[in-house]
Amino acid sequence: MSERPRTLYEKIWDAHVVARREDGTCLIYIDRHLVHEVTSPQAFEGLRAAGRKVRRPDLTLAVADHNVPTTARANGNVGPLLIEDSASATQVAALEDNIREFGVPYIDVLAAEQGIVHVVGPEQGFTLPGTTVVCGDSHTAAHGALGALAFGIGTSEVEHVLATQTLLMTLSRTLEVRVEGSLGFGVSPKDVVLAIVGRLGASGGNGHVIEYRGSTFREMSLEGRLTVANMSIEAGARSGLFAPDEKTFAYLKGRPMAPRGADWDRAVEQWRTLATDEGAAFDRSIRLDASEIPPTVTWGTSPEDIASIDGMVPDPNSFDDPAKRDSARRSLDYMGLTPGQRLQDVTVEHIFIGSCTNSRIEDLRAAAQVLQGRRRSTTIRQALVVPGSGLVKRQAEAEGLDRIFLDAGFEWREPGCSMCLAMNPDKVPPLGRCASTSNRNFVGRQGPGARTHLMSPAMAAAAAVTGRLTDVRELMGGQRLEAAA
Amino acid sequence: MTSFTRVEGRAYPLPLDNIDTDLIIPAEHLKTIGRSGLGGHAFEAIRATPGNVFDDPQYAGAPIIVALDNFGCGSSREHAAWALADMGVRAVVAASFSDIFAGNAFKNGIAAVELGCEAAEALLHAARDHTIAVDLAEMTVTSASGHLFTFAMDPFRRECLLAGIDEIALTLAFAPAISAYEQRMGI
Repeated sequence: MSERPRTLYEKIWDAHVVARREDGTCLIYIDRHLVHEVTSPQAFEGLRAAGRKVRRPDLTLAVADHNVPTTARANGNVGPLLIEDSASATQVAALEDNIREFGVPYIDVLAAEQGIVHVVGPEQGFTLPGTTVVCGDSHTAAHGALGALAFGIGTSEVEHVLATQTLLMTLSRTLEVRVEGSLGFGVSPKDVVLAIVGRLGASGGNGHVIEYRGSTFREMSLEGRLTVANMSIEAGARSGLFAPDEKTFAYLKGRPMAPRGADWDRAVEQWRTLATDEGAAFDRSIRLDASEIPPTVTWGTSPEDIASIDGMVPDPNSFDDPAKRDSARRSLDYMGLTPGQRLQDVTVEHIFIGSCTNSRIEDLRAAAQVLQGRRRSTTIRQALVVPGSGLVKRQAEAEGLDRIFLDAGFEWREPGCSMCLAMNPDKVPPLGRCASTSNRNFVGRQGPGARTHLMSPAMAAAAAVTGRLTDVRELMGGQRLEAAA
Repeated sequence: MTSFTRVEGRAYPLPLDNIDTDLIIPAEHLKTIGRSGLGGHAFEAIRATPGNVFDDPQYAGAPIIVALDNFGCGSSREHAAWALADMGVRAVVAASFSDIFAGNAFKNGIAAVELGCEAAEALLHAARDHTIAVDLAEMTVTSASGHLFTFAMDPFRRECLLAGIDEIALTLAFAPAISAYEQRMGI
C-alpha cells in the first residue's frame, strides 16, 4: 500500500499525536523539555499552587544560563556561585529550589557541562533526531539541526509540559528553504541564515516550520546547522528542521545521554527514515544560491535588516513599503547611521563572540583563525569571547584557542548567555556599538541604547582587529579560511 | 484563564511593524519570579520618547493596542503578555502576530486579533480619536467612527477564551491517553 508522501515535519508530528480534537487541535507528546531559570519560576509556582507534579522529570533537564555572570566563578551566594545582582541570584536560587522540590535533573552552575541551554542539549545527546523538544526560549529552534522538531514556548506552556508532558497544538504550514552550492571564501553559516532572514523578512516564516534542504546544508557541519536552525525564529518560524544524516549520527555517537550499544543501532535505523519523501509538497519554497551570499552584517534594529559588508547603509526612501521606510528611518536614527554611509566606515567599540547562535567550538576556531598573530584595535573598549559551555571552553583551551584570544586582547570568559541579552553583568553601554555574533539587534537588546550589528564569528574577529566593520575576505587576503563555522 | 467576551474603550495606536517582545518588556525586567508588576516597565524605550502615546492622557488606561505587522516577534518571554495584562490591556489588534506571542497572549486571557494590513491601518487611524470595540462572540472589531471588521480565530482558542478554560485541567483529562501513548512508544 502506498502512503501519501510526507514532509519530515509531518512525519515527526504524526508520530507524536496523542489525541486529536474535532477542531483539528492535537495533543502532542513532548519527548524532551529543557528548563532554564528565567522562564520557569512562575511555571513551578503554578504547579505548586494547583498541587500538581512534574509528570516526567526523566525527560526534563534544567540548567541556568541567562543570569549567570561569565567572570571567574568564585565562592558566593547561589551555592558556590557569586551573583552580585540580587534579582538574578534569586532567580537562579529559585531554579535550584524548584529542581530539588520537583526532582528535575539539573546541571550545576559549576559543572563542566554547564552552558547555554541550546549548546548543552545537543552536546549532552539530550536532543535526538525525530524527538519533540521544547524550552521556554525562542532559540529552541536550534535543536532542529539534529532533526528534532524543536520550538520555543511561553511559561504557561512550560507549566503545561511539566504537568502533562504534552502541548495542545495545531499543524503548521511547511516552508522549504533550499540553498545550493558552495559558500565563498570568508562566508559562514551565519551569513547564510542572515541572508535567509533578509529574504523572508522577520515575519515571513510566521505560521510555518522551515525545512532546510539542498547541497549547501548537506555539506554543512552540525555546528553550522545549529547556527542556521537557531535563527529560524528571526524569520518568524518557530522551528527549522534538517533531515538527520551520517554527520548527525557521527556528532551524537557517544554523547552522554545518547543511546548506546544495540539501542544506538536501532535508533540510527529509525533515524534514517526521517527524511521528506520524494514528491511531498511544501506549502511554500524559497531558493538561494550559496555562491551569491556575501559576508553579511545588519544595519538596523531587526534581523531582516541585512547588507553585504561591501555595501552601504540603505536610504530609507529606497523601500517601497511606507511602514518599512518609516521603520528604517527610526532604525538609522537609533543606530546613529547615515544613508549611503559605507558599512566598512562604521566604527565599533565592543566585540561579542558568543550566544546560542555562535559559541560552539567551530565558531571559536573561525574567530581564532582571524585573530592568530593579530591584536584588537586600540579603539576597542571591550572584546569578549564567551564559550557556549564548559566543555566547549575546555576543548578550546586544549586546542590553544584561549591563548590566541588572550594574546589578541580579548577576555576569555566562563559560559553563559552573556552580552546577547543584557540580563547579566555583560552589557553594551548606551550608544555603544557592538559587532556581535548573537541573534538579535533589537532596540535595547544588548543594553539600553546599545547598537548591535549582527555578523559571523570571523567577521566579529575582523572588526576587533580594525575597530570598524570589516570585510574578513580583505583582512585575510590570500589566506585560506576553514570552510565550516 | 481569565475569560474574554468583549472589550470596548480607547486603544493605544502603535503604527509600527515588528514590535518585538524586548521592546514590550526589556530583559532587565525578566528577573522576577512573579507575574505581576511588569506593566510600569512595558514599552520603556517608547515611553522615554517625548510626546509618546503612553503619556497622552486621552489613552490613559486604554484596554486595547492597535499595531501593524508581526506584533510580539522575537523572544518567547511570556513576561510580555504579563506586562500588557498588568497595564490593563485586554486585546491587541494587529495586521499579524508572531506565533509564540499570540499563544502567550491567549493563555493570559488577552485576545490577539489578526486583521491584515489594510484593516489594521484603517483602525490605527480611527484609534487616534475614537473608541474601539473587540467582540469575540461576534468576531468583530468596530470603531465609534463606523468601521466594522470581522476576524477569524482558531476555534479552540476562541472557545477557551470565551469560557476561561484552564488548559492544564483540560489536558489532564487525557491522562489515560497520554499513558497509553507512553506505553505504546516505550517511553
